This record gives sequence, structure tokens and C-alpha cells, in this order.
Amino acid sequence: MVDRSVLEVANLTRRFKGDGGVSDVSLTVQAGERVALLGHNGAGKSTLMKGILGLLPIDRGRVLIAGHAIGSAAARAAVAYLPEAVAFHPALTGREQLRLFAKLARVHRKEADDLLDHVGLGHAADRRIGTYSKGMRQRLGMAQVFLGKPALALLDEPTSGLDPIARHDLYTLIDGLAAQGTGVMIASHALTEIEARTDRIAILRRGALVADAPLPTLFARAGLPIRIRVEAPGDAGALFARFGGQRINGARVEFAVTPDKKMARLAEVTALGAEVADMEIIPPSLEDLYRHYSQQESSA
Amino acid sequence: MSMILAIAGVEFRILRRNRWLVIATALLAVFALALTLAGATTSGALGVDLLTVSVASMTTLAVYLVPLVALLMSFEAIAGDAERGSLALVLTYPVSRGTLLLGKFSAHLAGLAIAVVMGFGVAGVLAFALGGAGVDSGLALVRLMAGSVLLGAAFLAFGYVVSSFSRSVAAAAGGAGFVWLILVVLYDLVLLALVVWDNGGTFSRQVFPWVLAANPADALRLFSVTASADQALVSGMGSAVAALPQGAALVSLFAWPLVGLMLARLVFGRRVP
Repeated sequence: MVDRSVLEVANLTRRFKGDGGVSDVSLTVQAGERVALLGHNGAGKSTLMKGILGLLPIDRGRVLIAGHAIGSAAARAAVAYLPEAVAFHPALTGREQLRLFAKLARVHRKEADDLLDHVGLGHAADRRIGTYSKGMRQRLGMAQVFLGKPALALLDEPTSGLDPIARHDLYTLIDGLAAQGTGVMIASHALTEIEARTDRIAILRRGALVADAPLPTLFARAGLPIRIRVEAPGDAGALFARFGGQRINGARVEFAVTPDKKMARLAEVTALGAEVADMEIIPPSLEDLYRHYSQQESSA
Repeated sequence: MSMILAIAGVEFRILRRNRWLVIATALLAVFALALTLAGATTSGALGVDLLTVSVASMTTLAVYLVPLVALLMSFEAIAGDAERGSLALVLTYPVSRGTLLLGKFSAHLAGLAIAVVMGFGVAGVLAFALGGAGVDSGLALVRLMAGSVLLGAAFLAFGYVVSSFSRSVAAAAGGAGFVWLILVVLYDLVLLALVVWDNGGTFSRQVFPWVLAANPADALRLFSVTASADQALVSGMGSAVAALPQGAALVSLFAWPLVGLMLARLVFGRRVP
């Protein structure tokens, strides 16, 4: 198989005095892959990104961006970055700002002008950034990520503080970025968006990588209980006696099953016939999964 | 090189749009005009032309105002970008910190030069129109302009040093004010106190002129008065000038921008965005 990895991080360690930083993180991102980087505030997401970008000196470890060592001109040309809550100079217009970035990235200014249209800022390109909404500023930030077709893009909380429509637009842009072959790493808190929009999920806990796999694999490995909610036509006493769990109100009972016993329990429920008026299966949510991996230590 | 120009172009636009260019030019022009008009009443008594007196007054003005204007232009340069989050972004581009600094410096220096030439130039034109200007005093004005630009360059660089050190824009503003107070105001007061205390001893005759030339602000005074005997007469700086080798003040004025920029590059280089 051809190695298509655009980011290779091996044993990256950067500790801060006292607490914080990242320890011994190893992960890869393939071309065109979208990887979500999850973790609490202070779990080391930004530290990891800044270490990869060469903005923060690292204590130990090795980072290769498209095969180039961090800090080298080739690595800098191959990587794009969107800092958290970035603001550009309010006195400049979107076009001026993006053309400067194009110049720094050594790409033609025409590309900058085209990208303004691509991210939907064509109409506001010659207005000052000071007049932009938060969503527009973030789209301008995304436009500079596209400059020069980077091999790798690191996006730090790209959707924080955006309304649902603006978020959706931003993820459409991110999908387009991955479709053109850029490996994308997204640090985020917004769990529900991540579910549909990423190929793989990496979870940081206190600076250590505790999970790094596609979502279905993570679910399978976690073995989180599936909750089944059944409703009786009348009183649910009989159902409660049979399945246990907890009563929600007079007519309903909710109980949990492990994934391997799911089908057997469902067969039991359907065998009851008219004794069950309705049934609901609630799979573990991404939030449950996130909590499972990010709190393992405290429960162990 | 083209990178530096691209950064400078954008920075110059910012300077123009946030009105700094207009404010700096107006500030210098208003003071220079006021001093020239005030000088019109005294030039006769000293037997020199109006512009000579005016340039001497403007020199004193430049020593205070030019560093202030330069620091106000530059203190935000690094800390401001860092606070917006765009510094970390720019540094991920294949552009060196030195290039970034030189781009900003070029734009700020151009802005400062425009303010100085226009501001002091207006006063020169006024003095000429009132009939009190000659070749010598005209040259003195040009010297003052050139010296002021060099002085401004030094303080722009000092502003970058402060800005690179500072965690926030507010801290950078405080730091810039501190630099101005120390180098422009307190330095002279301390020297004055020492000279008075020394009462014409070794310090006053041998050390004092060198210490004076070592400060870029005072170097401008020295540089400006070495132009002519007339200038020395009206500014009263003759004795300090006589004790120094020719060009000492000019060396100081040229050296500080370079030293300042190198220092700024050093401090900026250590900054983690």
C-alpha cells in the first residue's frame, strides 16, 4: 500500500511547568482524511496543534508533515492552520488580507480572489473586516486554509460561537477541503457535528491520547450499554418485574443491555405481543462515548 | 524582498486607515508652525534669520515628539497581532520573523518620514514666506528632518522590542510609555543633575558629551547643532559639540536603529505565539 500519510506524529511530548501539555502522543493523518481531536479544555488539543505547527518547541518526539520535518520551509508550505477565534486587522478588507496571505504562501493572487467567492465572501471582499460578522471572519479564516492546496490543515475550534447555519456552511467547506486531498484535523467541542463529519476520532485526556479510531470501532470497544424503553398498555408493573431497570412513569420502563445481548432481549420484548404497546431503542450517544473515554481514569 | 514589500504595503494601509499618518503629520505641523511664528519675535535680537531660530526650537520639539510618535506607531506591532491570534497564523506561513519585522518597519518608517517632512516642511515654507530663510538655515532644516527620521527609526525599533516582550497590547502601551519617559525625559534630568553636581569637573568635560551622544534623542540635538555656528549659538549646545569628534552624534543616530532592530529580532525570536 502506498503511504499517503500527510502527518506523522511519534511520541510528541511537551510538558509545561506544573500541569498541562501533552505526553507521548503518536498519531497519523492520511491524505483526504478528516480526524476529530476531542478533549476537555486543557487536555492538550491546542498544545498538540502548536507543537505540530512548530509554533511551540517540543521536548521530545518526531513530527513529519508530508514527509518534511517541522519548522522547515517545505513543512510550513504544506500545512495550513486556523487558530481558535482568530481576528484579522479590522482596518483591512477581506481581499487585502487574503492577498497578503497568498503572497506569503507564494501562490498567485488570483487564487485568493477565487477563494473569496468559494467561501461565499465575494460580495463582501472589498469591505473592511471590522464590519464582518463572526461567521464571515471564520469563512475568511477558512479561505486562507485553502491557499496553495495544503497537504494538511489543522483547524482549532473552527465552529465555536457560530450559529447552526454558519456551522453547516463551514463543515461543507471542510468536506470540500478533504475532498481535494487535504488531511484535516479538527479540534472541537461540538460533538454532534463531529459524528457525521469525520472519519476518525482521537481523544486526548490530560495530555495523553486515549482513543484514536473510527467512530464504530470506538463504540464497539467501549461496549456501552444500549437502553431499551418499553411501554405497557396499562400498568408497567409486569414489565418492570421482568426486565428490571427503572420505571419512568406508570406505563413505561427503561432498562440497559450490553451490545451482545441486544438481539436476545429484543426477541423477548417482541414475544410479549400485546403486553407491550410501544418500544424505543436508544443507542449510546457520542456524548456517552466521549465521557467513557475521557473519564476512564477517574472511574478506574 | 518582495515579501517585505507586500507586508509593508498592507501595514502602510493600516497606518493610513487608522488615521495615524494624518494625526502624526498634523501634530508635528501644528507645533512646528507655532514655534516658527513664536520665533518671529526673537530672531531679530539674536541677529540670525527666522528659520535658524525655528529649526533650533523644532529640534527640541523633535527630541520629544518624534520618539513619541514612533513608539505610538510601533508598540502594537507584535502584541496586537498576538492578541488577535493572527500572529500564530502568520508564523505558520513560510515567512521568517525577520521578514515580518522588516516589513512592518519599512511601512512605519515611511509613515514617520512623511509626517516629519510634511510637518517640518510646512514650517520651513512659512519661514521662507516671511522672508527669514537662507541656504544655511534651509540646510539645517534638511538636517533636522534627516536626523528626526533616524531618531524615529530607533524608537520604532524600541517599540518592537517592547511589543515583542509584552503579553498584551495594554502592557505594550505601558512599556512604550516607560521607554519614552526614561530615554527622553529622565535621562536628561539625571545628566543635568550630574553636571550641576560635578560643577565643571572631569565628568562634565570628558564623560558628559559621550553619554549625551549615546542617547539617540540627545544625539539628534548634537547632530542638529553641528550644522552651523548659528545653530550652536541659538541652542546653547556648543560646548558639548566641541568636545566630541566629528560625526559622533551621526554614528549614534545610525547605530541605534540597527541595534534596536537586532534586539527586536532577538526578543521576537524567543516569543512563543
